[in-house]
Amino acid sequence: MTQTDLSWVRTEMAQAMPAPAGERGLVAWVRKNLFASVGDTILTLLGLVLVALILPPIIDWAFVQAVWTGPDRTVCATIAQGGIQPDGWSGACWAFVNAKFGQFMFGRYPLEERWRPILVGILFVALLAPLLIPRVPHKGLNAVLFFLVLPIVAFILLVGGMFGLPHVETPLWGGLLVTLTLSFVGIVVSLPLGILLALGRRSRMPVVKTICIVFIETIRGIPLITVLFMASVMLPLFLPAGVTFDKFLRALIGVSLFAAAYMAEVVRGGLQAIPKGQYEGADSLGLSYWQKMYFIVLPQALKLVIPGIVNTFIGMFKDTSLVYIISMFDLLAIVRQNFSDASWASPQTPASGLIFAAVVFWLFCFGMSRYSMFMERRLDTGHKR
Amino acid sequence: MATENAVGAEELSVNTKKMHVSDTDVAIEIVGMHKWYGEFHVLKDINLKVMRGERIVICGPSGSGKSTMIRCINRLEEHQKGKIIVDGKELTNDLKKIDEVRREVGMVFQHFNLFPHLTILENCTLAPIWVRKIPKKQAEETAMHFLKRVKIPEQAHKYPGQLSGGQQQRVAIARSLCMNPRIMLFDEPTSALDPEMIKEVLETMVGLAEEGMTMLCVTHEMGFARKVANRVIFMDQGQIVEENTPVEFFDHPRHERTKLFLSQILH
Repeated sequence: MTQTDLSWVRTEMAQAMPAPAGERGLVAWVRKNLFASVGDTILTLLGLVLVALILPPIIDWAFVQAVWTGPDRTVCATIAQGGIQPDGWSGACWAFVNAKFGQFMFGRYPLEERWRPILVGILFVALLAPLLIPRVPHKGLNAVLFFLVLPIVAFILLVGGMFGLPHVETPLWGGLLVTLTLSFVGIVVSLPLGILLALGRRSRMPVVKTICIVFIETIRGIPLITVLFMASVMLPLFLPAGVTFDKFLRALIGVSLFAAAYMAEVVRGGLQAIPKGQYEGADSLGLSYWQKMYFIVLPQALKLVIPGIVNTFIGMFKDTSLVYIISMFDLLAIVRQNFSDASWASPQTPASGLIFAAVVFWLFCFGMSRYSMFMERRLDTGHKR
Repeated sequence: MATENAVGAEELSVNTKKMHVSDTDVAIEIVGMHKWYGEFHVLKDINLKVMRGERIVICGPSGSGKSTMIRCINRLEEHQKGKIIVDGKELTNDLKKIDEVRREVGMVFQHFNLFPHLTILENCTLAPIWVRKIPKKQAEETAMHFLKRVKIPEQAHKYPGQLSGGQQQRVAIARSLCMNPRIMLFDEPTSALDPEMIKEVLETMVGLAEEGMTMLCVTHEMGFARKVANRVIFMDQGQIVEENTPVEFFDHPRHERTKLFLSQILH
């Protein structure tokens, strides 16, 4: 039997070394992520083929062959169709969008008064941007200006009829102006109203609770189209003779109430997720009901349901298109209306117009989506209980 | 139950000099109080008189109603029969009275119930600013004073989730103290803590007792009860079964149920 010595002492500490070349850089990334196995390789290649099949025709249609400017339909039609393009040509007719851009934005808002919606738009952006950027100070003042002062100023500017501004009737409004006004009012009204409804639905007072449940379940059980129809056609029947109010205003109320009912259920989901201990902690400190809700429960509940809230906002933003059924012209409706303009009718016009409308809708919705993700990350103090 | 007696009596040093109990000034009076959860009779005929400066430990098996009882004292639970008078105010459905009582009664929970979206300092200043209407600056000074007392002033600007359990519970105690309460309720303050953190919380509570705070404490920390309590109350099946000074309670329990309970937790 030989005695083996089990002890061992390191004489020199090992130094950290760079990872082997195969683990770093672009090649390694590609190999790990795109060609890791036979299955991966096949999927990667299929994906590449798909992109190669789809992308070039789209780029070709939307950019290469596209017509950007022109006086009328001839630039967007082939010779056989009475235009100037060679036979077999196919490209986007951006000239149509270009020529109708003013209408797409403002509808039939009088040309000489269009500085008013433009000014409102500038004010809107100027007040919204600092509100969205967390680093900018004076959030309180900013919020007051945005949520209280701006609507009043916007109302005066857009409707007119006072301070020497000519009155512009709402049936003349249209395009993005209508879409954004409806959405903005819908968002600003539906969130606080939805919060109140959600709190009411969880209230211990039976009357409040019943009213909230009936409201929420009624509105949620009815299609938006029906709500809009009722607001536009049926509401006047219930009003005393001679009392009328603006159709646009009725649509605004309809959309806001509709969104509020959905918002209430989203917020209620958040309220239910807040542990009982938070309520008890607040109670034990002597906070009143509203203090408890405002400082403790709602900040946590709303943070939890940001995705749901933004989902409702996005849904509502797109649903505003439905006002076309009560003959109001939002962005989509006004684009479609212009298809029938004889001086621009061409096979390429509808696709171009619709794609333009889609891109505008997408930009707003994607913006909301990204901002909500940013806020989620920012508000995440990352700790539960 | 390994943590029942994690901190022995000998480990906590207590200075009894200032622990004065008033003979005449009643802090809490509970008379013939009953409570039901629906059909279930949880609390039966509770009678308890707590003098100012008194420190009472309540123990008993789980489900015996001890937490429910102290939660009745600040109306986190409603009682259906009998009287609860806190600091001279009887608890009824009168919301104003309830808020008045809650302002004077601090509570520390098993799971801390700190507000996770607020910093430690904000947790401590929220109620003083909005309930007591104290100027923000002054509230922050008070908060820092109490955070120093529970030995975590350096954590003031962190969020609760970044602290250990023991630290969070000390914040919860500081948060209650910032309201300058006359009575403190502790609902199993160490039951959710790792063994190592129990001691730091108990020391904070001993410090409070030494300053003459009226305390009601539901706990299984028998070392703490022995050293600090004036009275130990044993509850079972929703009623007070036995009540005595700690020495008598632990050394000569009289009721059979108490003897059984003590034999199971003191090993």
